[in-house]
Amino acid sequence: MKKPKFINLILIFILIFKTSYANELNSQVDQITKNLRCLICQGQSVYDSQSDFAISMKTVVKNKLDEGKEEKEIYEYLKNKYGEWIVYEPELNQNTFLLWLIPLILFIFGGLLITRKVSIK
Amino acid sequence: MKKNIKFISLLLSLIIVFIILLKGLNVSKDYSNEKLNSKIDFSFKVKKLFNDEVINIEDLFNQEDLSVVNIWASWCVPCKDEHPNLMQLKDMNIKVVGINYKDNPKNAKNFLNLLGNPYSEIITDKDGTKSIEFGAIGVPETIVINGKTKSIIKKFIGPLSNENIIEIKSLINEKT
Amino acid sequence: MSNYFGNYSLYIALIASIYLIIKSYIDTNINIKNLNKNLVLITSVQTVMIIISFISLVVAFIISDFSNETVFNNSHTLKPLFYKISGSWGNHEGSLLLWLLVLSVFLYIFLLKSSSQNIKYRLLTLLFQQIIISGFLIFILLTSNPFNTVFPIPSEGLGLNPILQDPALAIHPPILYFGYVGTSIIFSTSLAAVVAGNIGDSWAKHIKSWVLVSWIFLTIGILLGSIWAYYELGWGGFWFWDPVENVSLMPWFCLTALLHTVIVLEKRNLFKEWTIILSITTFSLSMSGTFLVRSGILNSIHTFANDPSRGIFILSFLFVLVIMSVTIFFFNQKKLTSTIKNSFIISKETAILVNNWFMMFFLSVVLVGTIYPIFLEVLNGSKISVGPPFYHNLLIPFLIPFLVFMSFGPSLKWIKDKLKKFEYNLLIIFLASILISYFILINTEKKFLLSVPLIILSFYLLLVTINDFFNKKSSLSQKISHFGFSLLITSILLNGLFSNEFNANMKVGEERKFNDKVIKLNSVNVRDIDNYKSLKANFEIKNQNSFIQLSPEVRIYQQPFTITSEADIKTTLFSDNFLVFNILKDDGYYNVRYQYKPVMIWIWISTILISIGGLLSLIKKNEKKY
Repeated sequence: MKKPKFINLILIFILIFKTSYANELNSQVDQITKNLRCLICQGQSVYDSQSDFAISMKTVVKNKLDEGKEEKEIYEYLKNKYGEWIVYEPELNQNTFLLWLIPLILFIFGGLLITRKVSIK
Repeated sequence: MKKNIKFISLLLSLIIVFIILLKGLNVSKDYSNEKLNSKIDFSFKVKKLFNDEVINIEDLFNQEDLSVVNIWASWCVPCKDEHPNLMQLKDMNIKVVGINYKDNPKNAKNFLNLLGNPYSEIITDKDGTKSIEFGAIGVPETIVINGKTKSIIKKFIGPLSNENIIEIKSLINEKT
Repeated sequence: MSNYFGNYSLYIALIASIYLIIKSYIDTNINIKNLNKNLVLITSVQTVMIIISFISLVVAFIISDFSNETVFNNSHTLKPLFYKISGSWGNHEGSLLLWLLVLSVFLYIFLLKSSSQNIKYRLLTLLFQQIIISGFLIFILLTSNPFNTVFPIPSEGLGLNPILQDPALAIHPPILYFGYVGTSIIFSTSLAAVVAGNIGDSWAKHIKSWVLVSWIFLTIGILLGSIWAYYELGWGGFWFWDPVENVSLMPWFCLTALLHTVIVLEKRNLFKEWTIILSITTFSLSMSGTFLVRSGILNSIHTFANDPSRGIFILSFLFVLVIMSVTIFFFNQKKLTSTIKNSFIISKETAILVNNWFMMFFLSVVLVGTIYPIFLEVLNGSKISVGPPFYHNLLIPFLIPFLVFMSFGPSLKWIKDKLKKFEYNLLIIFLASILISYFILINTEKKFLLSVPLIILSFYLLLVTINDFFNKKSSLSQKISHFGFSLLITSILLNGLFSNEFNANMKVGEERKFNDKVIKLNSVNVRDIDNYKSLKANFEIKNQNSFIQLSPEVRIYQQPFTITSEADIKTTLFSDNFLVFNILKDDGYYNVRYQYKPVMIWIWISTILISIGGLLSLIKKNEKKY
C-alpha cells in the first residue's frame, strides 16, 4: 500500500513550515517601497535599490507613515510629484482601463469561441 | 467578401501597431516629468546652511512671483560644470535658493568659497527628503516655482546649459 | 585577420541566401521529383560560412583582438577564458550572429531530417527559412556588423562588466536562442505546409519534434535567466516581471499551447487553422522579443545599448514577415478546413482547447502588460509603470480554475469520455490536501481569501499528478511534465507566501532579532584581490535549533568603477537562507538584507522536471521512427 508512505512524507513536509512565519512582520515601509519605481535606476524598485534617490525615498515614506498617512495617500502624494510612472501598480482610470480590461475581454472571447467548437452531442 | 473584410481589417490593425511601435522607438526612455504641474506643500521646516537657523520653507519664497531652486552638492561633479551658469544668474539679479543635497556642511562651504556663491539663501537637505518635496530625483536639478499657485512650472534635470539660463531668464521676465 | 574571414563569409552566406530564395521559388512552381542536390549543397556551404564567421568572432575574443570593435567594447585581457568566449555572444552584434548561426544550422538539420516529406513542402520551408536568414544577414551587415574595425588598435578593451561574468548568464543566451530559433522552423514549415496543402496528422508528427526541441530549450533558457537573477542580482527574487523576462515568457505560453494542440492534430486531425495561427504567433513573439530587447524600447533592468536604426530594421522586418504569413494564411485558408467539425464536450480535445484558452489568457496578460505603456506613451504622452502587482492581480485569480481543470483534464479520453463515477481515491486526495493546507496555514496570520483555495488546489493537483504515476492513462513524459508543473506552482505559492525578509542597517558586532532568529554581523574583512577590492562579511544566524554562518561579499571594481554585491546563499532541500549586504555612505553602517525562502530549490527542480518530460517525449518519438 502506498498510503502510509504518503502520509509520512506529508508530515515531514508540514514540519518545514512549522518554524517559518509568514511575512506579515514586514514593515509597511517595505511594502510601499516595493511598489515604487526607483526613477533613476533601470527597472528597479525603490526597495531594491541602494541609490541616493531610493534611500531618501525610503525615509520619506517612513516619515509620511509616522505622520499617520495612509498607504493610498502616500501614493497620491508621490504621483503628484513624479507622475504615475513611480507606482508599479497602475490605478484604474481612463488611461489604464484598457490595460486591465483587454486580457479579460480576450478571456471571455476565447471562452465563447470554445463553446462554438464544442458540442454536447 | 466577409473573408476579405476580415483580412483587410487585420492588415490595417497590424499597420497601426507598426506605426505606434515605430513612434515608440523615438520616445525617450529616461525619466522626465516636465509636463507635470505638481504642487508643493510648503508646510515643512528647513535649516539654513550657514547659520543653522530653522525656518519655514514658505518664508524663502516670494508669494507673488517665480522663484528658482537649485539642488546641488559639493561631491557632485556635474554641479561644478553648471556653477558658472548659476553665477551668471546671480549677475542677472535672479535669486536662486540653493538646496545642499546630502552634503558635509564643511565641504559645501569650501565649495562655495572656491567657486563663488550664486545663492540668495541655502538650506540643507541632509537625508534628501526636502529635495523629494520639490519632486527632484537627484543632483543637480533646477526648478522654477510659481509662488502664487505653489506649483512647479519648469524643471531642469542635470546641469544647466546656457540655453537653460536663457529660458529661465525669459520665464522670469515674462512674469514681471 | 579573423575580421576579414568573419566579414566576407557573411557576404558569401548572403549571396547563397539570395540564390536559394530564387532557386527554391522557381523549383516550387515546376513539377520535380527530387530536391535539387545543389540546394542542399548551397545550404551547407552557407551554414559552413556562418560557422566560420562565428568562429572568427570567438577567436577574436579569445586572442583579445582589439582591432575588432565588438571585442574592444566587450572584452578585456583580464577576463577569464570562459568569459572571453561567452562574451562573444553576450553583446548585441555577437548575439545576432548566434541567432543567425542557429537559424542556418537548424535549417540544415531540417533538410537532412525531412527527406521523407513532400518535395514542395521542403522547398517552401527552405524558401521561408532563407527569407528569415537573409533578413538577419542584411540586418547584421548593415547595422550590427560584429567585424567592424578600430584604428589605431587599442591596447586594452572596455568590457569587464563583472555582473555579466556569471556561468548561468554565459550559457543563458545560447539556450534561449535555440528555443527562439527553433520556432522559426515551426513558422517556416507551417507556412510551407499551408501552401503545399499537407497540414494533417503526418505533418503534425513531423513538426512535433521541432516544437518539443524549441519548448525544452526555451524552458531551460528561462530557468537559467531566473537562476542568474536570483544568484547575481542580489535582490532575492527570481522573477521580477521585467519586460525582458516577459519577452521570453510570452513565446513559452504560446509554445506550450502549440505543444498540446499539435498532439490533437496528430491524433485526431483537428484544429488545423489554430495550429497554424499558433505557429505564426509563436515565432512572431520570439522575433518581437528580439525587437523589444535589442531596440531599447523597453525599460528594463537588463540594459542593452540602443540604436534606433536597429530597432527600425527589426521592426520592419518583423512586420514584413507577419504580413507575409497573414496573407499566406488567408489565401490558403480553404485548404485548412477539418472534416470533423466539433469536439465532444467531455474529451481530451476539449481539454486541450481549454488548456490553450488559459495559455492564451496568460499570454495576453503578459503581452498587454509589457507593451501597453509603450502604446499609451505614444498615443497620449503619459508614462505609467506596469509592475508585479498588475500581473499578480490578473494572473493569480485565474490560477484557481486552471488548477481545477488541470487536475482532471489530462486524464480524459479522446473523442468521447463520460463523467466518471465518484472516485474515492480523488476524495481522499482532496481531503488530504485540505488537511495539509490547514496545517501549513495554521501557523500563519495570513488567511487571504485567495491563498487558501490556491494552496489547497495546488496540493490537490500535486497529489493527483503523483497519483497518476500509478495508472496507465497517459505517457510517462506527460506525467513527469505535469507533475513538474504542479510542483512548480506549489513551490512558487509556498515560496511567495512564506518567504520572510529582514532589512536593516547594522554595524560590525551588532545583533538584531528577527522572528525567532538572531542575526549578528561578526566582522567585515577588507582584502585586495586581482582587479577588485573585496569586503567579506561574516554573519551568523541563530535560532533554537539551527546555526548558520553566511559570508556575503561586496566587490569594488575600479575599471570600470562598479560595486557589486555577492549574496551568500545556503541552500537546503527545505529552504534557502539568503543574505546580501551593501556599503552605506556613512558611519560604518552596512545595509543588511536577510531572506528566508522556503522550498526555493524546488522551483528549479520542478522546472527541470518539466523539461525532462519534454525530453523523454522527444526521445521516445525518435525511437519509434527507427
